[in-house]
Amino acid sequence: MMGWFEMWPKKERSEQSQQHPRNQPERRKVEKGASHGAVARNSRLKSYFMHHRQVAKESLLRLLATPFASLMTWLVIAIALTLPVGLYVFLQNAQQLSQEWDDAAQISVYLEQKINEKQGRKLVQHIQSWNAVQQVRYISPNEALEEFKQFSGFGDALQYLNENPLPAVVVVSPRTDSVDLKSTQTLLSRLQDLPDVEQAQLDLQWMDRLFRIMALGQRMVLTLGLLLGTAVLLVVGNTVRLAIESRRAEIVVVKLVGATDAFVRRPFLYTGIWYGLGGGLLAWLLVNVVIYWLSGSVAELVAAYDSDFGLSGLGFLTTLSLWAFSGLLGLLGAWLAVGRHLSKIEPR
Amino acid sequence: MINFEQVTKRYEDGYEALSELSFHVTQGEMAFLTGHSGAGKSTLLKLIMLMERSTRGKVVVSDRDLGEIKRRKIPYYRRNIGLVFQDHQLLFDRSVYDNIALPLIISGAQSREIGRRVRAALDKVGLLSKEKLLPLALSGGEQQRVGIARAVVNKPALLLADEPTGNLDPELSTEIMRLFEQFNQVGVTVMIATHDLSLIARMKHRILTLQQGRLMSDGVV
Repeated sequence: MMGWFEMWPKKERSEQSQQHPRNQPERRKVEKGASHGAVARNSRLKSYFMHHRQVAKESLLRLLATPFASLMTWLVIAIALTLPVGLYVFLQNAQQLSQEWDDAAQISVYLEQKINEKQGRKLVQHIQSWNAVQQVRYISPNEALEEFKQFSGFGDALQYLNENPLPAVVVVSPRTDSVDLKSTQTLLSRLQDLPDVEQAQLDLQWMDRLFRIMALGQRMVLTLGLLLGTAVLLVVGNTVRLAIESRRAEIVVVKLVGATDAFVRRPFLYTGIWYGLGGGLLAWLLVNVVIYWLSGSVAELVAAYDSDFGLSGLGFLTTLSLWAFSGLLGLLGAWLAVGRHLSKIEPR
Repeated sequence: MINFEQVTKRYEDGYEALSELSFHVTQGEMAFLTGHSGAGKSTLLKLIMLMERSTRGKVVVSDRDLGEIKRRKIPYYRRNIGLVFQDHQLLFDRSVYDNIALPLIISGAQSREIGRRVRAALDKVGLLSKEKLLPLALSGGEQQRVGIARAVVNKPALLLADEPTGNLDPELSTEIMRLFEQFNQVGVTVMIATHDLSLIARMKHRILTLQQGRLMSDGVV
C-alpha cells in the first residue's frame, strides 16, 4: 500500500510539467526512456487505435446483447436497401439481355430486282466505308432462296417456281458503341435514300420502347435509392438517438471525468456503422435469395426463347460497394443523431 | 490551488447563487464546504468543474484562469480534477474494474499502465477482491469507495467531493472521510461539500460556511 502513496507526487510533477514547459527534465525522468516525443506519440497513437478497436467491439457486442431488437433494425435497413439493389440487379440483367438482342438491331436493305451481283457487291463496299456501320453482309438472291428453303419448310414447293422471286439483301449492323435510336434512324434514312435500294427496314418501335423502359428503370433505381437511402438514414438516426437517451447518465459521468466530444461520440458512430453494415449484409443475402428463387423460372422462360441467358447476381465489386455504402449510410445517420442530441447532454 | 475573486454566479432565471464570493484554498490543503441546501455549495463546485461559468469575477484553479479555458479544452482541464459524487454515479452495466479504469481510458493510458493503476486504487480503498463484480453487487459504502477510487485513479492534484457521505451511516461516513484525509496527507488538495456538521467538527480541518451565496465563516472549528 505504501508503494501507491509514493507514486502520487511523481504524477503531480509530471502533470504540472505538461502545463509548464520549464519542468521538462522531470517529465523525462517520469516517462522512463521516452526522451523523444515521438516515442510517447507513438504509444499514444497505439492506445488510440486500441481504443477504437475496443469501442468498435463493444458497440457490436452491445447490439448483439439485444439480438431481437437489433435484428428488427437490421431487417428494416435490409429491406429498404434490397428494393433499389434488387431493381438495379434486374436492370443490369435486362441490359445484358438487350445486348444479346443488339444483333436484332440490324437493318435489312432490300435491293431492286434489276441489280446484279456485281453492282450489289459494289454497294456493299460503299456502305462498309461509312462510319456508323460496323458490318455489312451481302446475301445474293440464290443464298436468300437457300436460306428460305432451309428455314421456311416450303423447300419442296419452291422447286416449282420458274425463277427466284427474292431480291438481293444487304444486312447492315450499326456500330454497337453508338447504338442509340437517333443514329440508327439516321443510318436507316441514308440507306433508304441510296439508289438501287427498294426498301430498308428496321423494327424501330420495338427498340424505341426498350430504350425508354430502360431509361425509366434507371431513373426508378435512382429515385428509389434516394428515398430508401434517406429512410435508412432516418432509421439509424432514430435508433441511435434512442441509444443516446438510454445512456444519458453515462454520458454525463464520462464528460465529467474528462471525456472529449469525440470520445463520447465514438461508440454511437460505431453503432451506426454496425447497423448500416449489418443491414447491408442482410440486403445482400436477401437479393441473392430472390435471385436464386427467380433463376429457375427465368431459365425456363429463356429456354422457351431459345437463348442461353442466365440471371447474374451481384458482382464482387457491386457487393463491396453495397456494404461500403450501407456502412457509410449508418455512419451518416448516427452522425446526424449524435450532432443533434449529444450536445444537449451536458453535466448539470 | 483554488482561488475565487469576487465571484458572482447568476443563473438565467435571475437567481443569484453566489454573490461576490472570495476565498483561497492553497495547494495541499483540506477544506470542508458547508451551508444549508441552496447556499451555493453545488454552484461553487460546478464552477470549479466548469459545468457552469461565473457571471462576474475570476476563478483560478491550478494557476489557470477558468474564464480563459475554451469549451473544447474543458475535457483536458477536468482530467486534473478527481470528482466524487453523492450518488457515486457508477456505470452499472460494467464491472468495478471497468468503472475505475474509465478516466484512464479516456486520457488514453496504455493498457498495462491501466491495470497497474486500477489495482493500486482498488487496493487503496480496500476493494481489491471485488474488481470483477458489478457495482450493484456492492453495498452503498463500497459503491462510494469505488467512486472514490475512480476519482483518484488519474492521481489528480485536486480532489472534489459533493456530499460523499450523504447516504451513509455515521460509521461508514467516518471511514470515507479518513480515506480523504489519507489522500490529503500525500499532497492532494481536497475540498468536500457536506452538511454533516457533527462529523467534520471532529476532524479539525478548515471549514468554509456559505450562506445565500456569501462566505459566512472561514476557519478551523
